Amino acid sequence: MTTIWQRIRGKPRGLTCIELVELVTDWFEGNLDDETRARVERHLAGCDACTAYIDQMRVTITVVGRIGVDDLSDAAKAELLHAFRDWAHS
Amino acid sequence: MEETTDSYTAPAGQDEVVAALRAGDEATFAALVDELGPSMLRVALMYVSTRAIAEDVVQEAWLGVLAGIGRFEGRSSLKTWIFRILTNRAKTRGERESRSIPFSALVAADADGDEPAVDPDRFVVDGAWRSAPDMFSSLPESRLLGKETLRVAQSAIDALPAMQRAVITLRDVEGWSSEDVRNVLDLSESNQRVLLHRARSKVRQALETYLQGEGT
Repeated sequence: MTTIWQRIRGKPRGLTCIELVELVTDWFEGNLDDETRARVERHLAGCDACTAYIDQMRVTITVVGRIGVDDLSDAAKAELLHAFRDWAHS
Repeated sequence: MEETTDSYTAPAGQDEVVAALRAGDEATFAALVDELGPSMLRVALMYVSTRAIAEDVVQEAWLGVLAGIGRFEGRSSLKTWIFRILTNRAKTRGERESRSIPFSALVAADADGDEPAVDPDRFVVDGAWRSAPDMFSSLPESRLLGKETLRVAQSAIDALPAMQRAVITLRDVEGWSSEDVRNVLDLSESNQRVLLHRARSKVRQALETYLQGEGT
């Protein structure tokens, strides 16, 4: 697995946009070390394009959260409850 | 069934759920089937080819749960234990269908290599955006969360490789914690994050294409 860490590690300068987009999930997950998190946040403070990209990712997560879940069929659930009754009374 | 992790503490209420199941409490069983059924279907679909077979596997797994609940010792969460039974059944079924790919190969195929979150052509040589993306949140909510947008997101998820699809579905559709996803799918923390990152990045791209395609 590469490469974003190899690319940014030890570099004193700020992050570029193409580097930042690879760190978004780690940032959302609270998984960056303090120094890298500070670099991400400094970059965002000065970059409208990446701020818009972050907005797109946040909205994407919201949209995906609204997709309904695909549940078992009613028939399958009824069979399971039937099996449970048999089991409980055996 | 191996149950690991010495320091494990059961979630609040788990002992009561286990006791109710053992006592034959049907409402508890029905609630558990409602709660876990959708995720179980998703996970089963990683191993078998059709939804019908996946549903079958989920039913078999529940029968296995009933057969084993008397021996459940509470050293992992009930959820993790149930999903281990499920993945064992699903693997067996997948092997019978002879389409089973070793799990490690599935993970490697979906998590290894270099897969940029955003098409590199959208950046200039020094790594800055060629042109800035547009905020999604400036669009009306009726459009952002409208049926058609949700359909686009769903198709993008359906098109993902199996492991990426499983991780984004459990995390973002069904709202699981990363810890639960790692336990149930037996993933390292970094693989879980890579799979989620790639999945979300592709769904974002699909939404951007769709939302900007129609006069935003």
